[in-house]
Amino acid sequence: MSRARLIAIVFLAITFSAVLLADFVAPAPYAKQFREVPNAAPSAEHLLGTDDLGRDSLSRLLYGSRVSLLLAPAAALLTTLIAACIGGLAGYLGGWFERAALAATDLSLSLPWLFLLLAVRALLPLNVSPIASVTITFALLGALGWSSSGRIICSGARSIRQSDFVLQAQALGISPHRLLLRQVLPNLKPVLAAQFWTSIPIFIIAEANLGILGLGVAEPLPSWGNLLRGLENWPEVKANPWKLAPILMLVAVVSCFQLVFQKREELAS
Amino acid sequence: MTRCRLVVLAFSVSCGLLISSARAQSGGELRFSLKSEPKTFDPMLADDDSSETVRYLTTGYLIRLNRQTQQLQPELASSWKVSNGGQTISFELRKGVLFSDGTPFTVEDVAFTMRKLMDPNLHSPFADPFRSAAGDVKVTVKNPNAIVLQFPAPVANLEQLFDGVPILSANSSQNDTAGLGPFVVAEHKAGSYILLKRNTHYWKHDAEGRALPYLDSVRLDIQQNRDLEILRFRRGETQLINTIEADNYDRLAADMPAAVHDAGPSFDTEQMWFNQVAAAPIPDYKKAWFRSQNFRRAISQAINRADMSRIAFNGHARPAAGLLSPANQFWFNQNLRAEETDIPGALKRLAADGFHLDKDVLRDRDGHAVEFSVITNAGNKVRERLAVLMQDDLSKIGVHLNVVTLDFPSLIERISRSFNYEACLLGLVNVDLDPSTQMNVWLSSASNHQWNPEEKSPATAWEAEIDRLMRAQASTTDNRKRKEYFDQVQQIVADQAPFIYLVNKNALSAISPSVHNAAPVVLRPQTYWNIDSLYITSTTAGIRP
Repeated sequence: MSRARLIAIVFLAITFSAVLLADFVAPAPYAKQFREVPNAAPSAEHLLGTDDLGRDSLSRLLYGSRVSLLLAPAAALLTTLIAACIGGLAGYLGGWFERAALAATDLSLSLPWLFLLLAVRALLPLNVSPIASVTITFALLGALGWSSSGRIICSGARSIRQSDFVLQAQALGISPHRLLLRQVLPNLKPVLAAQFWTSIPIFIIAEANLGILGLGVAEPLPSWGNLLRGLENWPEVKANPWKLAPILMLVAVVSCFQLVFQKREELAS
Repeated sequence: MTRCRLVVLAFSVSCGLLISSARAQSGGELRFSLKSEPKTFDPMLADDDSSETVRYLTTGYLIRLNRQTQQLQPELASSWKVSNGGQTISFELRKGVLFSDGTPFTVEDVAFTMRKLMDPNLHSPFADPFRSAAGDVKVTVKNPNAIVLQFPAPVANLEQLFDGVPILSANSSQNDTAGLGPFVVAEHKAGSYILLKRNTHYWKHDAEGRALPYLDSVRLDIQQNRDLEILRFRRGETQLINTIEADNYDRLAADMPAAVHDAGPSFDTEQMWFNQVAAAPIPDYKKAWFRSQNFRRAISQAINRADMSRIAFNGHARPAAGLLSPANQFWFNQNLRAEETDIPGALKRLAADGFHLDKDVLRDRDGHAVEFSVITNAGNKVRERLAVLMQDDLSKIGVHLNVVTLDFPSLIERISRSFNYEACLLGLVNVDLDPSTQMNVWLSSASNHQWNPEEKSPATAWEAEIDRLMRAQASTTDNRKRKEYFDQVQQIVADQAPFIYLVNKNALSAISPSVHNAAPVVLRPQTYWNIDSLYITSTTAGIRP
């Protein structure tokens, strides 16, 4: 095991432990407003300072990480599964199914999904708890974000279908079901994994953008998305570099995930 | 956002002239940004901010409201007299005034302007306040410099309405473009900029007899992005920012302390209200809460307005006392005070209506937990902060508040058509001093009677009383009497809290130190109201960020 991978595993272990134990580790409740010290610099009481309403930034980062680390991968998994089903089958089967699936993908890509999401939000009841709101947000993202991944997976499945080893397997009389499970899917795993990992930060950023439009995580619940909104103003970030903590956390966690799982893929292959 | 339109606009050179003319330098170009393309260049139809800016800079008026003193002062009319109980106004016109194309200004122009203004086919937003009754305006020319206008019925605050009537040319061959303002439109590149050149026939002169305006030109760059607007100001590429948000103000103040100006509480208010529409698709028990005066007042008492001003606006706001800002010197009811935070008082009021605390959760007499949502427009960080502060404040009386941010069209749809909401947090931009312009809010039949719009008859006794008082103040021309009526309206609104007023934000602006004679005020246009006496020196104000 390489040193980099070991460090990544330790970092992820510490991060996951901290966010799962946020109730015990966080110095303050995430919604508690210390109104006398809004926008405070790091101090012994507030290790990462406070936000513009005086809420402890470290506590919000821990709770926000919990929300995002659990729900963004869940949304990424949902979108990858949908993309794998549609794109994978289209690439594997080819013919009219592939043409129909690609047409559906193009249609999906051309939809003004932002307006679709806004329309969906307008239909939702107003009195939903922050937890329900965050779950709905990520579920919508997961359900609607499959089309780009679907095209890539379709392309990957098509090239596998046309590869020599698949032709040989078909010539040997292997059943389509077995061919799909034993030959195609294992060879699609790197593409699926790449789509999964790249979807996570996309969904986190998308959630941040949706927050600006009213579809994000409802206050006072934090998420990486709404924590990243604190970075909208660069001069302020430049003057208060500790406000970079959420983006650094996001980059570190996603990088560690990729390092760990990429190595695993390499070892497996 | 509801927008109370009224007059407002005015120009007053006098203050600028008093400030300094000895060192005034003629020439130069003043640059600032418009947030959007003007919808129209027709001064009779301008009702968006950008059109209003062009109108302000290019047209002349008989009477002007001095933005600094909030008093009327003569402009193209050297004097005026209101008579016949507010039904008639006579003007003595200033002599020797020329339009920008060199044609003389005469009584014919005033008559032409009034005919055009009152043309029902034009649909000018400035004409409605003059329409106190059916019938035409009778125009009588007394002599080449005197004209009398007689309206079919008395018009409240008649003279101030002329602050919104730009005088058009009746005889000029270019009567679409000939104006009496300090500048004329010279160039317009759609989506990019509008260049205004000095009106060489402008009638005003400074104390030394030098022709005004001092500036050769004004360039209005169309710039929607506020961050870019500030960046360009920092670089010295523009010299004014008319309104600036509190966050940006403080950042700019850190680098350019001499450039920022806080003129104190503005006329704008931030407020919330509960949906009291009888047909609204919300549970009946919630409708009962929202219709309860004690419930509304208790919510108001639980809110910490001082913290809102300090935290959400970085101190650039004041707790609001009512529907008018104290900045409105004449009309504000001086007996009103901003509600102090009083949690025990709020709980006492709630108890009077059968509410009780059950393990930190407030319940009504039927046991329903008190939970409601407040909608506000997404993307407005300050308003989102207000909502979250309010959420925390209300938790202290056991109320669970859900904050929902919606895109603006969805929000407007909910508050004005489907009425599918419980409470709303928005701002009101007041552009006029006179309360008559708020008839569209306070009459129970009005469409902007936001908590229960377009009532067929007043739903409550206090709304009926507000109707009576608003009509009474609109039917008299005695401002002292009108103020008495409107003071009562303000008191009823404070007692009943149909709108829970939160804060009056301050009028914040930025002016490059290279611009002289600037005196920012709370009335619009805050920074260039005395444009004809502004001048620029070669000092470079910009800094590199």
